[in-house]
Amino acid sequence: MSLQAPADKPQGWTFTYKTRRAVVQLAVLLVGSAVFLTPLGWMVLTSLKPTEQIFLFPPEFIPKPVEWDNYAEAWSQGEFWTYTQNSTLVAALNIAGNIFGSSLPAFAFARLRFNGRRVLFLIMLSTMMVPIWVTIVPTFLLFKFFGWNGTLLPLIVPGFFAVPFYTFLLRQYFLGISHELEDAARMDGANSLTIYFRIVMPLARPALATVAIFAFVYHWNDLITPLIYLTDEKLFTVALGLSRFRNSYRMEMSHMMAAATFALVPVLIIYFFTQRLFIQGIVLSGSKG
Amino acid sequence: MVHGYDALDDKTLNTRTGKGGLGIARRENLEAYLFLLPWIIGFLVLTIGPILASLGLSFTDWQVGLGMNFIGLENFRLMVVEDDLFKKSLGVTFNYSLMALPAGIVVALAMALLLNQKVFGIGVFRTIYYLPAVTSGVAVAMLWAWIFNSEFGLLNWALDLINVKGPAWLLEPRWALPAFAVMSLWGAGGLMIIYLASLQAIPQTLYEAAQIDGANVARQFLHVTLPMLTPTILFNLVVGIIAVFQTFTNAYIMTAGGPNFATYFYVLHLYNNAFGYARMGYASALAWVLFVIVLVMTLAVLRTSQYWVFYSGEKE
Repeated sequence: MSLQAPADKPQGWTFTYKTRRAVVQLAVLLVGSAVFLTPLGWMVLTSLKPTEQIFLFPPEFIPKPVEWDNYAEAWSQGEFWTYTQNSTLVAALNIAGNIFGSSLPAFAFARLRFNGRRVLFLIMLSTMMVPIWVTIVPTFLLFKFFGWNGTLLPLIVPGFFAVPFYTFLLRQYFLGISHELEDAARMDGANSLTIYFRIVMPLARPALATVAIFAFVYHWNDLITPLIYLTDEKLFTVALGLSRFRNSYRMEMSHMMAAATFALVPVLIIYFFTQRLFIQGIVLSGSKG
Repeated sequence: MVHGYDALDDKTLNTRTGKGGLGIARRENLEAYLFLLPWIIGFLVLTIGPILASLGLSFTDWQVGLGMNFIGLENFRLMVVEDDLFKKSLGVTFNYSLMALPAGIVVALAMALLLNQKVFGIGVFRTIYYLPAVTSGVAVAMLWAWIFNSEFGLLNWALDLINVKGPAWLLEPRWALPAFAVMSLWGAGGLMIIYLASLQAIPQTLYEAAQIDGANVARQFLHVTLPMLTPTILFNLVVGIIAVFQTFTNAYIMTAGGPNFATYFYVLHLYNNAFGYARMGYASALAWVLFVIVLVMTLAVLRTSQYWVFYSGEKE
């Protein structure tokens, strides 16, 4: 075991080494950032170009003139206002449904004692792994039996039953909430429902926000469920409406990119304002139970 | 510590049941099951019910509009013996996972190491690197189809800058699947964040001990960082396998499975059978095969984990 202090090194050398290292790191980070941002930048630039500027090689990056009309034209080619309303409705109801449907069981798993807790929890965890494709055919037939196919109900109702991933995530958070308040409330005769509403849920606001954001992004982007259940264009979500854009070959590339930009903007805005919650959610889901 | 999850097993519970009437424990039991109701109903009606119904349907030849007959294992025989597209789609999915999973794990790890440095503005860089991971779906697939455009696409322009003539990507059977893998790397930020969280959880004392023993940066990586990250790599591998077997939107939007079925992923075949040809019996059989494959692969990976995954807690 050698105990050489770093001070043995010449001071000047350490300085230049550190500086050089920082410069290299910064350069690599900047190149990486360019790689990750370029596709989105390319999308926005394409969406603003006049048609004759799009099919050029090498490409001209700066639109000249800037064609804001592309957005208006893309908007008018589909019923985008309708799609947006539908997507917003589906996302909002799923956020509400996911929050309640998942936090109630999460509360039981984290804070209540009952027979079979361990077994039920393991069952719930293992269902997290089941691909939706495994259940899709019978679920489709079930909703058809209910007469729901062709309506927005198949996109909304399942959200009110626990989503295993969110249940797990919330349970992890609930475990960390102090028991002192709860014990005091129990002394005063509060039942579990009161504790859930008055103590645990208010204290779990950051975790609930994380679930809300994940639910929004998932349902805003989801193509599979709308594709399978919806037939009437009046009920299309943004993702489904956009997918029909892709299939019509007369569509101009600038209009397609304008529509794509429009579809991505809500998600990007939410991400910029709530990054911490995204990251916290991922860290929470990775923590041990 | 009565409240800790592990501190209490079911045995202690029963002893707490009161003598007469509704004991405290029994009341809590009832309450708990009421809280669990949203999950129990969802589990029965939307998960286990459909899984079992799929199994039942997989033994029938049911096609919507036509009759339903019990045909035993005929669907599975069809798959193996006659349905070339089943084999093709399985091959495509496996090939893709062999390309995308290792590449994703390595790239994401490299990104995490880079972003774990203490550099000015690191928070901004993390935001940027993670950004593509939150975007997904139709819009992103449309964007990448344009980027892969053989004549006017951004990627071939970039390759042209270094004097490489890019292929026609999505139009060439050889290059379509690699194109999907390239695209998946753009979203590697999702995995990166998980690595980053694990990296930051590694106790600093381990590095200090290694330094005292004279380990250089490379050795610290090999003997401290990498072993401490193996549980995360395992987690990412399992999640990755499950995700790859569900690849749908990108293939549906960008190539519709082409060219010449080069990107015909397994669930496209399932989708076509169920919702294109309304062959619900056969599609259910395909769904069950998917279920078994995912299950077996997950268990296989978990099985191998004892040889390469290091759990820091187990030696205590």
